[in-house]
Amino acid sequence: MQKITQPMLIDKAVSLLENGTVSCVFGWQKGEFDYDITPSVFKNADDLKENFVWNGFCGANLSKYLVSKADKIEGKILVFLKPCDSYSFNQLLTEHRFDREKVYAIGLPCDGMADISKVKKLCGDGISAIAFGDDTISVTTIYEDKPYEIALKDVLLERCENCKSKKCVAYDELLGENGDVLDSNRFDEVARIEAMTPDERFAFWQNELSRCIRCNACRDACPACTCEKCVFDNSDSGVENKAAANSFEEKMFHIIRAFHVAGRCTDCGECSRVCPQNIPLHLLNRKFIKDINEFYGEYQAGAEAGSRAPLVDYTEEDIEPYDVFDRRDIDA
Amino acid sequence: MRKCFLDKINSVFTEISKTMPLYLPTDSSDGSAVYKKWEDGIKWSDALNTVRSPKDFFFPQMESLMEFKTEGKNIEVIDTRQETEDFVIWGVRPCDVKSFEILDRVFLSEPVDSYYASRREKGIIVSLACSKPAETCFCQTFDINPAEPCGDVSMWKTETELFIQANTEKGEAFMEKIAGLTEECSEDAVSEQKEKIGSIMKKLPLKDLKTDAFGGGKTMDFFNAPEWDELSQTCLGCGTCTFVCPTCQCYDIKDFNTGNGVVRFRCWDSCMYSEFTKMAHGNNRLTQKERFRQRFMHKLVYYPENNDGLFSCVGCGRCLSKCPISMNIVKVMKKIGGKASE
Amino acid sequence: MNNSETLIPKIGVITDVRIDTPDIKTFRVVTPDGKKAFDHRPGQCAMLSVPGVGEAMFSITSSPTNEEYMEFSIKKCGCVTDWLHQAEVGQQITIRGPYGNPFPVDDVFAGKNLLFIAGGVGLAPLRSVINYCRHYRDRYGEIDIVYGSRSKDDLLDYNEIIEEWSKDAGVKVHLTIDNPQEGWDGHVGFVPNFVKELGFDTNKTAVICGPPIMIKFTLDGLCSMGFDKTQIYTTLELRMKCGVGKCGRCNVGAKYVCKDGPVFRCDQIDELPDEY
Repeated sequence: MQKITQPMLIDKAVSLLENGTVSCVFGWQKGEFDYDITPSVFKNADDLKENFVWNGFCGANLSKYLVSKADKIEGKILVFLKPCDSYSFNQLLTEHRFDREKVYAIGLPCDGMADISKVKKLCGDGISAIAFGDDTISVTTIYEDKPYEIALKDVLLERCENCKSKKCVAYDELLGENGDVLDSNRFDEVARIEAMTPDERFAFWQNELSRCIRCNACRDACPACTCEKCVFDNSDSGVENKAAANSFEEKMFHIIRAFHVAGRCTDCGECSRVCPQNIPLHLLNRKFIKDINEFYGEYQAGAEAGSRAPLVDYTEEDIEPYDVFDRRDIDA
Repeated sequence: MRKCFLDKINSVFTEISKTMPLYLPTDSSDGSAVYKKWEDGIKWSDALNTVRSPKDFFFPQMESLMEFKTEGKNIEVIDTRQETEDFVIWGVRPCDVKSFEILDRVFLSEPVDSYYASRREKGIIVSLACSKPAETCFCQTFDINPAEPCGDVSMWKTETELFIQANTEKGEAFMEKIAGLTEECSEDAVSEQKEKIGSIMKKLPLKDLKTDAFGGGKTMDFFNAPEWDELSQTCLGCGTCTFVCPTCQCYDIKDFNTGNGVVRFRCWDSCMYSEFTKMAHGNNRLTQKERFRQRFMHKLVYYPENNDGLFSCVGCGRCLSKCPISMNIVKVMKKIGGKASE
Repeated sequence: MNNSETLIPKIGVITDVRIDTPDIKTFRVVTPDGKKAFDHRPGQCAMLSVPGVGEAMFSITSSPTNEEYMEFSIKKCGCVTDWLHQAEVGQQITIRGPYGNPFPVDDVFAGKNLLFIAGGVGLAPLRSVINYCRHYRDRYGEIDIVYGSRSKDDLLDYNEIIEEWSKDAGVKVHLTIDNPQEGWDGHVGFVPNFVKELGFDTNKTAVICGPPIMIKFTLDGLCSMGFDKTQIYTTLELRMKCGVGKCGRCNVGAKYVCKDGPVFRCDQIDELPDEY
């Protein structure tokens, strides 16, 4: 159960709409079931009261929508930011991707978001209702008389299992109490892959990326992927492709994307959340984050608006290429 | 009606594989089901359905159409196709079986797409009734009965047994191959399962979804509906819905220079993509709203208009579970269909 | 055309390249054994491709009555057209078709007075019909051709227009250019206005082809002159890949431009959603 409840958010949004502070609200809209929640732009109180939802399935990060919508909407936008979303928000600000004056940001604490595919692994199909308790969720299906009681921690999204921070780093107003940056185990899986032999590692990624269907969902959901025209959409680039012409091409796409967001990826986990093929894409980005931390000292993209990322900065202490080569030898 | 025991199923797979490749849903490392060629050790998945639809077997995501060799000013066109061999797709769900009919109307109408046709001719479809439909299932909206799977051969699975029945000549010939591993049986267990499925269908949350508002000739009823703005406002413009959809069949044709020749290939394309209709001198669908509208209008109005009222959706529910923003055809139908019937 | 080979093209050889305007060239194409690649009807199109560069749809400019070769007038505006503009005589390309519906030259147009209105490269698809109607001159009434372009240099098929068309009995050619130019004593002004100034009788069947904005204003002009939309034909152009109504990108509503078009009667277009 989230500490800040849905009615509290609706009241807040309605009052800000009605007192004219904002002209619309970026939030989450309820779906057909209790888990299929759609990011939405709410324009009036009735719509908010009827359709706004805040529960453990509001994983969608709303900050990227500011890029395409902030300059098209008259007046201010109210956007709700979970702690991880607030890092993306800051990073977009750092890159001047939207006008801060156009936005009223409300930070809200988050107890972690659930992954419906994990829920389904435990309860099967045929879900008719899902209710959240304190640390549990109760899932009713059409096949069982009694609901399944599941611990929330067993069905969290990967990014929430390894949550890096419960701290909202950007907001105009904070609801509830701010959390802390956490000591997470998010690099453990990266370390495990680093420890593989090159052949094992290649096989690992070959297996994962072979499932890619090039739907571009990872790119389109990624708050760091904000090019107006992606090179992979540009038919003049020579790399525009909807399907891989050979078996290496889908890897190219993901590798290029990971390089392009290196140093800018806040590790919000949207890429892996939206992947229809459950490819752990965040691991590519985390590898870069881990390397940057090791080469240049701890750096968290989006922790501070306007921060200068190590890859676009120069200091005399910067790592020398031969250090990287040395390290590579050790790895191999 | 014939049956075999599920603990003997490997011998059935072995027998079939002696003469032709057998593809069946199996659990992949991430836990989702995927069609794979059967070989010893591959286990038939219990999952309701695969993430990718079996349309791949007839309309693969990428296929070479031809090759070109160029020398000076001269060009040679080489048809690189190989003879397609017979193959079996095992465990296809009734919704996906229906999707083949929808694809057929596109690819087998004149002029026939010979690439598709040759595979369609060689493929033997062995379907499987759905004993445990998901909440995302709405095949009954399109008059598909999950208890009555079609295809060349129909199957019903219980805890311990598999019931099999041929529907076509191809199916009869296929049943011959495994006759020694199956036995004649009564239809009682199957009738019982059909009844059970029937009662489950009445409990599904989307059971009341109707297509009445939609169909051919209704373009202008919906095209300018103000609801498209709201429905499409957070669409990311990715191709997930189109690529997991068993009936989406838009494609692109591209050339790939391999260094010693040019391969002209065909690949899936998506009307959701920004450059789908982009020409040298403009684009007639400039915003995501127009692209989004195209996809649903095609399924609910344009396709039925050109195909005797048949809708281009089978209610498999893949887009419901896979869209990154959980926007899908059910939400669209409820929003704009409800409006029209008011 | 062999149905089983829909997407597999034939080889075409460019046997002549004519520089028409600064950005339009007309290419003459035959098969390697010197024949026409296939028969077509006026208004139909063909897919031309340059392997490794791409494939694109072009209207066939030459008349079906030309039994020796096909011609394509192509404006330089993208990858395939850029490449074609660099091609020399003898270069092979690929060709498949014919695609789309033709103008109803043998039924609707028969016995009618015809008014052809074209702007810029829009003359390319009309040249096929015009020459077809000139060939079977006695089947049609009076023929008026209104054609305009940016400048005199941008007028397509200028020599043919002057040397052949305007010398035909019962064929009147009205040319215009957008801006005054030295050595031009003809009409100056945009096509839609010129049509209004010429003030045609409504006892004609009209065919308009050109940039979308020119089609729109010309159509409005004709309607205000008393033409009914059922008397007016035009062609649409959208991005295509297959040419046979399967790849799914050239539809306007339930109609596919590659198969149900490109020729549409203007009242039919009114029934389509506004997405072209």
